[in-house]
Amino acid sequence: MGNHEEYQKLEGKIFTKSFFILLSVVLLGFYFVGVRYVKGIGAVSNMSDGYPWGIWITYDVATGTAIACGGYAVAILVYIRNRMQYHPMIRSAILTSMFGYGLAGFSVMVDLGRPWNAYNFFIPSKWQANSAMFEVALCVMAYSTVLILEFLPAILTSIEQSKWDRMNAVRNWLHPKIAPDQKSMQDKLEMVRLGAVWLKPRLNKVLIFFIVLGITLPTMHQSSLGSLLLIASTKLHPLWHTGFLPLLFLLNCVFIGYAIAILESIISSYSFKRPFETEELSGLAALIPFVTVIWLCVVIGDLAYRGQIGAALKGDFYSGWFLTEFLLVASGSLLLFFKKLRRSPRWLFTSASLIVLGGALYRFNVYLIGFNPGQGWRYFPSFAEVMVTVGIVALEVLGYKVFVALFPVLPNTSAHGGGHAPAKKAAAKHGKKAALDVPHAPVEAH
Amino acid sequence: MKNPSRRDFLKLAGATGAGLLASRAGSALANEGTQINNEELGMLYDATKCVGCKACMASCKRVNSDYGSLSYEKAKFDSDGLWDAPSDLSGSTRTLIKLFKESEQRWSYVKYSCMHCQKPSCVSVCPVSAMTKEKVSGIVDYNKNTCIGCRYCQIACPYNIPKFQWEKALPQIVKCDLCKATNLREKGISACAEVCPVGAIKFGKRKDLLSEAHQRLKDAPDRYVPHVYGEHEGGGTNHLYLASMPFNKLGLPDIKPEAPAEFSEKIQHTIYKGFIAPVALYSTLCFIAVKNMKKHKGHDGHDQKQEDK
Repeated sequence: MGNHEEYQKLEGKIFTKSFFILLSVVLLGFYFVGVRYVKGIGAVSNMSDGYPWGIWITYDVATGTAIACGGYAVAILVYIRNRMQYHPMIRSAILTSMFGYGLAGFSVMVDLGRPWNAYNFFIPSKWQANSAMFEVALCVMAYSTVLILEFLPAILTSIEQSKWDRMNAVRNWLHPKIAPDQKSMQDKLEMVRLGAVWLKPRLNKVLIFFIVLGITLPTMHQSSLGSLLLIASTKLHPLWHTGFLPLLFLLNCVFIGYAIAILESIISSYSFKRPFETEELSGLAALIPFVTVIWLCVVIGDLAYRGQIGAALKGDFYSGWFLTEFLLVASGSLLLFFKKLRRSPRWLFTSASLIVLGGALYRFNVYLIGFNPGQGWRYFPSFAEVMVTVGIVALEVLGYKVFVALFPVLPNTSAHGGGHAPAKKAAAKHGKKAALDVPHAPVEAH
Repeated sequence: MKNPSRRDFLKLAGATGAGLLASRAGSALANEGTQINNEELGMLYDATKCVGCKACMASCKRVNSDYGSLSYEKAKFDSDGLWDAPSDLSGSTRTLIKLFKESEQRWSYVKYSCMHCQKPSCVSVCPVSAMTKEKVSGIVDYNKNTCIGCRYCQIACPYNIPKFQWEKALPQIVKCDLCKATNLREKGISACAEVCPVGAIKFGKRKDLLSEAHQRLKDAPDRYVPHVYGEHEGGGTNHLYLASMPFNKLGLPDIKPEAPAEFSEKIQHTIYKGFIAPVALYSTLCFIAVKNMKKHKGHDGHDQKQEDK
């Protein structure tokens, strides 16, 4: 009935080899963040007055939040389109969204030249509603908060059931002189636990309103991420500069969101050696083409309306990038039209990757590749700049790995099978409809 | 079950698209959004008069050094730092003279500094109102005490005027403010216009500058390209140009008469007018989600999955 049945913690050690590899990447990235704060942005990045936004904005913010739209896309599916069979996927999707948005916020603070003035966002007299950036900033902050609230039930469940083994181990490890008294610590921990028990049902009652807020906010700021570049009418190449930027960015984040939810599930099943959730994934995958086809139609229709089809097929630098982006999304969607391919984790992985790549490339095209501030300006990210971004992504993966071990996030596979059940068991638990398709579900052996 | 929600989604998408189309149609109909105020202050730079002495650059730095334009940039050959030789507008240079040379006979100087647009993009995009346009003087001003350093103004400015101090740990944006806090307040004229020895920079109200510019075009038509740059570009600017060569060769971009900020704000306002659309979206979604939840709770015993989150 409860969450402990629908979701489970991942068994196994946290401090594995990959943990330390990721950690070292994170530390390298943070070293360069330190350099940036001491010596200025110019010391670590290749950004210039012509290209004032580099990969920190293009990847971490504009693309990273789209990739973090899994929580948004799955929430639409579950709560608005009422497909409760996808409910087990939502926690891991929300977790990745939480990290994606949190770290996008972090890298904004690295990128801002005068971050200590950021409090001005909360001073109404300084508000500037004409600015798409203002809208994006407030929405992203609000959405990050909502994501934390959405994830809170998992933490509360964990606290509720916790026997505080780790806490006690730390206490025992400390020198007796500085270690807190066993009894008083236990009392305090018990109070925390009772607080969690008290809070959980109350939070559950109002949670749906936060969940819906968590659908409204991305709708707003994802479209505004497109609006950001509306102003650059002389700098952004006409292939991408259109009044439809907000709509295109919104649709783009929805299909990236579904595709990334598929990728995440496949990757975590593979690396944590859990059964593939083929049934849910193929259902999810069937939705993607609806969104991508609308997106592709808007792109083509808009180009035709503005008379830019010729520029798209010209074969120069810009048209090359445009066609790459377009074909990646189109080919990925095409694969998903075939029911057979949707049932194979391998093909699902391929097509979802193509779509994520194409969708992300679209955002790169708008923010960097199609952006030309005039003669003489050039931009290619520096090593340090890339490492900051890589470090942030590594932190995201690291956080995900730690959280799935600490909190019940991943769909429960043991409820019906015990231990590491094969894929068909996992599929079977989702009811009659699913059970019919089980024989076709390929089980990848690893 | 899936049909109504898909329809909702399409409705939503359609509404957004229709809104955008409507905004497009609106922009085509009338340009009444940009009302040009010719009483604002500005400058007229006549490239045919300029002798390239760079006295304007020197006096700009001298006068405005306390406002971010302090540092000098060494030339490559000048290891002792005797000269200030910036190669472009930068975090320490607000105005700059450049020479464009097509051949020995055809060349022209050109001065860069803030255009003080009638409808400035930088003001339109600044999320915290650090960029402002003064109501009376029309000066586009920057307040470093509010600025968060997001550099959106740099993305937005079609003339690439705002510059960022990339090398500093505590950077700021640097751009011309028409000597608002310095020379203009003390002497009523910008430092560059005051010091120009040949009268290539004329300071004054936009209407006077415009009539002067058109007079010059009329008096010596073969001396100039028959166009006052800035009269209509990007909704009009208060910094106007006359030159003997096509302006885009001098690094002044071809810009449509509609201000870029006009276009973007129209779309943003269509979507967020009175905050109605977001509120409507939120309440509709709430309605659907709560209804779905209730439906689900009703089926508890039979349904395969329990809604419990």
